[in-house]
Amino acid sequence: MLNIISISIVPAIIIIIIVHGYIKGVDIYSAFIEGAKEGLKTSISIMPYLIAIFVAVGIFRGSTVLDIFTHLLSPITNLLGLPKEILPLTLIRPISGSGALGVVKDIIANYGPDSFIGNLASIMMGSSETIFYTITLYFGSVGIEDYSYTLKAALISYIISIFLTTFICSAIYII
Amino acid sequence: MLNTIWFFMIFIGMIYGALTGNLEEINNIIFKEAQEGVTFAISLIGIMSFWLGIMNIAQRSGLIKSMCNIFRPIMRIIFPDIPKSHPAENWILMNFIANMFGIGNGATAFGLKAMKELNNLNYNKKKATSAMAMFLIINMSSLQLVPLTIIKIRQDYGSSNPSFIIGPTILATSLSTLIAIIIGKMFERRN
Repeated sequence: MLNIISISIVPAIIIIIIVHGYIKGVDIYSAFIEGAKEGLKTSISIMPYLIAIFVAVGIFRGSTVLDIFTHLLSPITNLLGLPKEILPLTLIRPISGSGALGVVKDIIANYGPDSFIGNLASIMMGSSETIFYTITLYFGSVGIEDYSYTLKAALISYIISIFLTTFICSAIYII
Repeated sequence: MLNTIWFFMIFIGMIYGALTGNLEEINNIIFKEAQEGVTFAISLIGIMSFWLGIMNIAQRSGLIKSMCNIFRPIMRIIFPDIPKSHPAENWILMNFIANMFGIGNGATAFGLKAMKELNNLNYNKKKATSAMAMFLIINMSSLQLVPLTIIKIRQDYGSSNPSFIIGPTILATSLSTLIAIIIGKMFERRN
């Protein structure tokens, strides 16, 4: 069921849009070309920002320096009820989406998809975003250099949501 | 701020890599990831052009506008600085909707378009406005309701109920977005 919905969403949206446009008498072909040209320009202009963030994240991730952070933070997170198996995931999630997915796979392979840790990792992965990539890409695309409070606010919300997710997941297990 | 983070990511990574004898690996990473940035941007061209093309039709036919009217009241509360019926509002909404349905690259296309429109309202082109900040804070809180990739992984690893996580994920996502809006508003007021 879920699969049917997920594969039909995109075609359904497209059909609705072109049918609506055609009925309304829009020159849909030239409208498409006009929009697509903009897509081309944008994709090329974000390339330098992507290279910058990919290389930095790659070096940071590849050096396994996150292990140190995991060790340093574990006493605090243990105290707050966050399982230590989840900690590497919470650290890498804002930095790298593919890295986090790798960690989730690892956790699920080790603890099983239906274990508490496995479920928690799944929910956490699904309810968070790759913060650094998003912020560089979006601000980079328009040349914003001063992010104001954006990153701070995003990281604070992220930390709160980690503990909230852990709480939700534990609550499900108790019920 | 990113200036500092970027510096530390590379600096700490390199130093730690050198100390643990990982420098060869780091050399490979630099090469690979720089390449990856190019590949990713190029691979984005197709899907991004396609979605912006389709959405330009929806824009011209007035479909986006009528859809956005439904959500306008909420938008006014979250983004009071955006003038009424400014195009930025439409693109932000399209981005949110695409995110919720998990159309990742489509969402990126609309999001970048939204940023461009928001920047048209910006007086100091180097500094993020509060509308830009709020837009990104919400975006970074995750909006995707059904995480299909993870359900697939759970299935691959033999879960007895791969979609069990949908309910809790929707709850967690909604709450994290709500928190993001509240935190964003708190910072907005302070600045």
